[in-house]
Order: sequence, then C-alpha cells, then structure tokens
Amino acid sequence: MSSQRLTITSEVDSAIRQHGQETYPHECCGALVGRDGAVTAVVALPNTTDEGPRRRFMVRPSDYQLAERRATELGGELLGFYHSHPDHPARPSQYDLDHAWPNFAYIIVAVATGVAGDMTVWYLQEDRSRFEEGSLNHGENSHPDPTPAVHG
Amino acid sequence: MAKILIPTPLRPYTDKQDAVDASGATVGELLSDLTTKHAGLKAHLYNEQGKLRSFVNIYVNDEDIRYLQKEQTSVKADDTVSIIPSVAGGAETTLAPVSPKPQSGEGGARTGLHPERELSELTNEEVKRYSRHLIMPEVGVEAQKKLKASRVLCIGAGGLGSPAALYLAAAGVGTLGIVDFDTVDFSNLQRQILHGTPDVGRSKLASAKDKLTAINPNVKIELHETALTSANALELFAPYDVILDGTDNFPTRYLVNDACVLLGKPNAYGSIFRFEGQASVFATKDGPCYRCLYPEPPPPGLVPSCAEGGVLGVLPGMIGIIQATEAIKLIIGVGEPLIGRFLIYDALKMKFRELKLRKDPDCPVCGTHPTVTKLIDYEQFCGVVPAAPEPAAVNHATEITSVELKQRLDRGDKLKIVDVREPNEYQINRIPGSELIPLGDIPKRYEELNKNDEIVVHCKMGGRSAKAADFLRSVGFTKVLNLKGGILDWVDKVDPSQPKY
Repeated sequence: MSSQRLTITSEVDSAIRQHGQETYPHECCGALVGRDGAVTAVVALPNTTDEGPRRRFMVRPSDYQLAERRATELGGELLGFYHSHPDHPARPSQYDLDHAWPNFAYIIVAVATGVAGDMTVWYLQEDRSRFEEGSLNHGENSHPDPTPAVHG
Repeated sequence: MAKILIPTPLRPYTDKQDAVDASGATVGELLSDLTTKHAGLKAHLYNEQGKLRSFVNIYVNDEDIRYLQKEQTSVKADDTVSIIPSVAGGAETTLAPVSPKPQSGEGGARTGLHPERELSELTNEEVKRYSRHLIMPEVGVEAQKKLKASRVLCIGAGGLGSPAALYLAAAGVGTLGIVDFDTVDFSNLQRQILHGTPDVGRSKLASAKDKLTAINPNVKIELHETALTSANALELFAPYDVILDGTDNFPTRYLVNDACVLLGKPNAYGSIFRFEGQASVFATKDGPCYRCLYPEPPPPGLVPSCAEGGVLGVLPGMIGIIQATEAIKLIIGVGEPLIGRFLIYDALKMKFRELKLRKDPDCPVCGTHPTVTKLIDYEQFCGVVPAAPEPAAVNHATEITSVELKQRLDRGDKLKIVDVREPNEYQINRIPGSELIPLGDIPKRYEELNKNDEIVVHCKMGGRSAKAADFLRSVGFTKVLNLKGGILDWVDKVDPSQPKY
C-alpha cells in the first residue's frame, strides 16, 4: 500500500456508486475534483469507448478539457478519475496500467450484478511499472445512507 | 518558440507550470526540446519504441496532429500546442475472472472464464485425481472448478494437438473439442502420440477420443470431423473459451487467427518446422494477433511444410505442451500469459528466444480500422490453388505415369532417370538406374545431362520434379518428362517391395 491517501465525502462516494449502478453492465467514468488529496465533487463524463463499454471506458480529449474547466470553476483541481468494473474486482487491469497518467488518483468501484461494492484508489508508480493502492478515507460527513448524487 | 499547455498530471514535471515555452519548427522538435528541458515527461509521453503513447493527444491550436502531419506538423511562434490526455481503462476483456478474489502477479486480474459461467463442485474422485493441483495455492479448488467449466478447442489432432489434448484432458479441462478429418497414417506415429500403431487407418478423432477418455473419463470430448473453413469456423469456435491452433498450413492459420479476433477468443498458437518451434498467445483483446506479426502470408511454396521439410518428432511435444500451458493459464487467470511475446525454440541449440510483439494499430483485422471484418477465402489469400480433383488425363507432352515408365523400361527404351530429391530420401527408396541430382543442384549440374537423351525427372510426389523439368526446358532441353505422382506412385503401382515415407 502506498503512502498516498485520498479523502472523499459521502456525497462523492455515493455519486460514484450510483453512477456505476446506473450504467451497469457498462462501465461508467468521471473526473475527481478537489484539493490537497480531498475529493469534494465529481464530474460524471460520457463513456466514449469504441471498444465495448462493458469492459472499457474512454474519456475523450474534449471531455478531459471540460473536466479541467469544471474543476477550475468549482475552485478546485483535477485530482484524477473514477471508473467502474462491472462484475469484476476493484483492481486495476493491465489495460488500466497501460493507459494511466501519473499523479492522478484512479478510483475503481466494483459493480457486481448491478450493485456497487468495493471501492479502491490507485496511483501509477513513477516508472509506470505498476499501480500502488492508496488508502481511501471517508471525510467527516461520511455516513452510510446514500445522499443525492452530485453528477456534473 | 511556441507555448505548450501542460495538463494537470504532468505539471509536477514542469515545476507546476501549466504552460511552458519550447523551441522547434515542428511538433516533434518542440516536444523533443520540451522533454530535454523537463526530462520527467518523457516516459509518460512516449512509449518504449519512442512513439507518442496512444492516450497522449497533441493539438496545435484546435487541431489534433493526427489529422495534420502528425509530429511533422509545423508550428509557428504564435501557435498554441496542447498536450491533452485521453483517459482510458477498464476491466479485462477476453475472459473475466469468476470471483473477485485478488489475482497473483502485478496488474491484477487478467483472464479467466466469463463471470456468468456456472461452476460445479468437484466430486470426491475429482478431488483425488487433481490433488496435486488443489494443494497449490495458485490453483486450488476454485481454479480446478474453472478448468472443469472450461471449453477448449484443438484445431487438429496431429503433432501439436496430440500432446496438448493429452495434457489438457489430464489437467481436467471439462470439455475438449477437436477438429480434424484425417486418418492415422504410419508417417504420423513418429510424433502424433495420440495415435498408436493399431490406429493406422482409423479416423484420428476416433483414435483421439479413445486415448483421452482412457486418461480422464470426466472430460467431455466433442468431435468435429470436418475441414475447418470460412463457412464453419465462427460457428465451431463460438462455444469455446480458448482455441488451440495446431494447424500445419498458412491458409488455416490465418483463418484461425481471423476467426479468433472476430469472436474475441484467445488463440494459443504454436507451429513447428524441422528443429524449430514457435509459440504465442494471439487475439486477446489488448494483445497482438498473428497478422500484427505477419500481415501477409509468405509466397506459396517458399516455406516448406513438415511433409516436405521434415520435423523432429519430439519438437511438437515441446511446443504443444507450451500451448496447453498457456490455455490453462488463460482459463484460471494466473501468471504472465504469452501475450505480446513470441517464443522461439531451437531444439538443436536447446535455446529459447523471446521477441516482443506489439498490437499493430494498422493491423487489417485487429487494428483500429480493420479492413477484414468477416472471414475471407484463405486459400486465395495465401495464393494456394485449391487441390483440384486428381486429373485423370496425363499430359503426354510433359508427363509420364509410373506404369508407362515401367513399360518403356521393360521395352528397353533408353531413358535417363533423374531423381531430384535429397540424398537422405534417395537412401529410403529409388527407381533402379536413376541418378540423383537434388533440385537445388540442377542449375549448376544440368550440363552433366545430354540434351539428346529422353529424360524422366522425379521426386517424392511430383512437385519438385515439375520445377526441375521447367528449369531444364528453360535451358534448352526438349525431351523432359515429369513422373506423375513421384516415387510414391512408383512404389504403389510398380514396386510395392520398396518402403514409402
């Protein structure tokens, strides 16, 4: 486990889970916005993969730029991205690794048979050799019952 | 000098600046200057081959350089160059793991069976049988159940298919399909260990089923007694998880590859020739396919088959077992599959070499803009003329049959018989009175022959000697006849006392 920590609010947590459940059995994706390792908002983005959304997601350049603009508007920075693994563990795949950007947090939520389960966060190692799992913490407001989703 | 906009994840390498200046007249020169000044960027922008990574997008003003002149796109001082990420990822594609239990190795889950596949419990007999698997933490009960639920299709029950099928059955693959339409021949027994001497003349499938069932009666054997064609390949492959290519010819090899790509089925590939074998895993979703390596087949006749060039009998054992190993790893999702790696084995040197293979974005079948989207005519693609039905008529101007040859020799006709095979073949059998001049030596030795003589050339089956006859005619010989069907036909019809090979 790396020393990297990411804190998410309960709103962010439930927004990611709900997004993953809505797009099931396809993968969802979106941007993480916040500051200093604390995610305060998410920007849900369309999955534009042309390789089959059950097993892939793609944020195209124009949506990436939109995410950066939204982050600035929200007074934060782009901290990373989230995506779901439908019927698949919340662990990065080789494909995730091959396409990863450094210094971003990658949240993966496993959605098994339509229900969001494990959520993990990963960071690309500087030499691109692998992902290290970070610790995902819930912020002070975190409580178990779902609150309205904060979709961008 | 132009301004380059840096995206958030790369700013740690540019002292937190979101824009930096770099000099150069083209995008390539600008980026080269940029990565010289900010060395940390290089690994994230370029891959090991020095090409821009696929998820790195470079825009000049609002245009993606892919639609301009790529890295040769010229840049003026007032242009803005942006590095814009695509963000991509996803779960594995080829075969998803059954359970969300962490997989060994870096990078997490890779392969396994489709998650919807139902797994059944192992019987007590199976627990006993597979106990050496079950006590290994990398395999265990879960993986054994995956093997039991899995379906593997072997293309061919020959040199490669034999060892592969024997081990896959022993390992507990639940359903083993085999495609073959051949019968067992004596010349198969030196390497095709599914078949024994009493099986000569039987169908290979019947023989295979007996052997495999004897090893493991739990395995369901599905026999497909047919030639694999473009018309039936997709339907045959569809119910299987992994295809094991044990074919011995290019048209079928391309057919298996393309069908695997179109269906998204991994292809545990192997091939053998003389003392050398090759193996890889093709057509996984992210990995290269056979066409990424060889977009086009070799010209027909350039690469000889095992029937022409021979093969060391134990060689397919080695390669077939590598294919079976890869099939098992793909099913249970452990280890590092032979994806993107091309293994070459040299039995004489007893050395393995490994080449790195990349998925070719321009690959005609698995690339980003495929031109092959359905199965084609592979005989035509490989320039092979389909074997016409044996023509009854003999062209008497250029050919002679073995019976006619015998009659003319018995009449005392003066014929010069030239055997164009290799010396080791000549040791096995020969036509009395023939002279050995291997095909490769004909161009430098043809002057030993007399143009006034009537010459009969022959080889094993008639192919090489046809080339020799063509050559001799091209240098002025007018009385050259090719022995139709070669020495095999001679042994069959004239001299059955001699051995065939």
